[in-house]
Amino acid sequence: MDAAIDFVISPFEYSFMVRALVVSVLVGVMCPILGAYVVTRGLAFMGDALAHAVLPGVVVAVLIGVSAFVVAVPLGIAVAVVIGMLSKRTGISEDTSIGILFAGMFALGLILLSVRSGIGLNVEDLLLGQVLGVTTTDVFVSLGLTALVALGLYGFHDQLVFTSFDPIGAQVIGIKTSMVNYVLLVLLALVIVIGIQAAGIVLVMAMLVTPAATAYLLVRRFVTIMLVAAVIGAASAIVGLYLSFHFDLPTGPAMTLVATGIFGAVASVKRRPQS
Amino acid sequence: MTNTTMLTVANVSVELGGQPVLQDVSFEIGAGTLMGVVGPNGAGKSTLFNVIAGLLPLSNGQVILGEGARKIGALAYVPQRESVNWRFPATVLDVVTMGRTRKRPWYRRPTERDIQTVAECLDRVGLWEQRSVLMTELSGGQRQRVFVARALAQEAEILLLDEAFSGVDVGAQESLVGVLQSLRDDGKIVLLATHDLTNLAQRFDQVLCLNHHVCAFGPPDQAFTPEVLEELYGAHGINFARNGAIE
Repeated sequence: MDAAIDFVISPFEYSFMVRALVVSVLVGVMCPILGAYVVTRGLAFMGDALAHAVLPGVVVAVLIGVSAFVVAVPLGIAVAVVIGMLSKRTGISEDTSIGILFAGMFALGLILLSVRSGIGLNVEDLLLGQVLGVTTTDVFVSLGLTALVALGLYGFHDQLVFTSFDPIGAQVIGIKTSMVNYVLLVLLALVIVIGIQAAGIVLVMAMLVTPAATAYLLVRRFVTIMLVAAVIGAASAIVGLYLSFHFDLPTGPAMTLVATGIFGAVASVKRRPQS
Repeated sequence: MTNTTMLTVANVSVELGGQPVLQDVSFEIGAGTLMGVVGPNGAGKSTLFNVIAGLLPLSNGQVILGEGARKIGALAYVPQRESVNWRFPATVLDVVTMGRTRKRPWYRRPTERDIQTVAECLDRVGLWEQRSVLMTELSGGQRQRVFVARALAQEAEILLLDEAFSGVDVGAQESLVGVLQSLRDDGKIVLLATHDLTNLAQRFDQVLCLNHHVCAFGPPDQAFTPEVLEELYGAHGINFARNGAIE
């Protein structure tokens, strides 16, 4: 019994673990909530691209000595907007525009990293996440951005739902659907930047789609999917953090594997109720 | 039958990607009209609806809405099956509530009045019992009725139904037409596009035969002449004149 309590309590004797827990739970809740839109609108590739495209922003932020958020958030938003404009202007499909920017921006980030090696940036931490290293400032910025995303999701809920289900009907009734879509992309960019701290560029995808996809199999209604996804995401983040602490595993991959395990278990017995 | 003119389409031409899709289309209809827009696939029916809904710019001409049809939400669109994202889990109640979106500030949740109106509209199309069911669990005809209830909830004056009969069996088509006729009796304009000329064509007040230009416009028995049907559907069209139905 004591051993069990010790297992649960002992990690939080370290303040870095307390900070890691706060950020992990934020990521575990917010990424899956946005993920409900990602899964039901088929935006997984877009999410992955946004995550990779902010790499040069993170590198530049470290170079000029500011918080990664300062550069990565506007960059993520800019990339989302450019993807939309690129397919509109050129007539190439959206997934092609996404692919071009995804690879191009990621390559730029890698080049910047190689040119300025020795700046104290660990590529592995960027790609896989290093939630154990978050600072108190990171925690507060994450909390602020989370509040902003929650406010955006609440305020635009009806417009987002209408536009996601029936874009033409929404346009006819007078909803500015392209504006609503940009709002969604901005919110997506925000949670991705928060999520990168915990899961890294490569694995933030797991937090974005896996818990939401699991919830999509379990429950029917959209808002319920959001809530169940948040619970699964938070549980994956917390369990992953414990596994990482006690068994000395990398945190991002540990969280990802927990989320994937839950999905696997659910997918083996459930399919989406009627569709 | 028509007291006030509610919708005027005057000399409308539209080009898409350099191709003329609508050429000099003109017609005028009054409140309380159920009109079928009939023509083969690719004849410009959806384009005409998009023009009336204000989604597409005109190369020429104009669309004039009557006074009662200029308020917010006066136009409602019942989407084609393909333009809806069916992966998105919306219940019947969710969809009809969408019709109230512009009746309150964008950040507000539905009010008591919204909820009341939604319930009445669902009752009117006979789907209140199915309110918690997902749209994907309904038959084609029931889905169309949900979208009609949404149009009612939004207090629309002009309803545009694009290919509302595709994937809907004959019995359900009948019940949909019944609902649409009751809306017509309330003074709404209902425009229904269809490429498939079943015997339902006779149930419209007016038909607009469209093949990029207006081939005929008027009550079904006058508009469906053998010449018009041949222009729309080729030699098969003649069978319609003879048998009252087309395969």
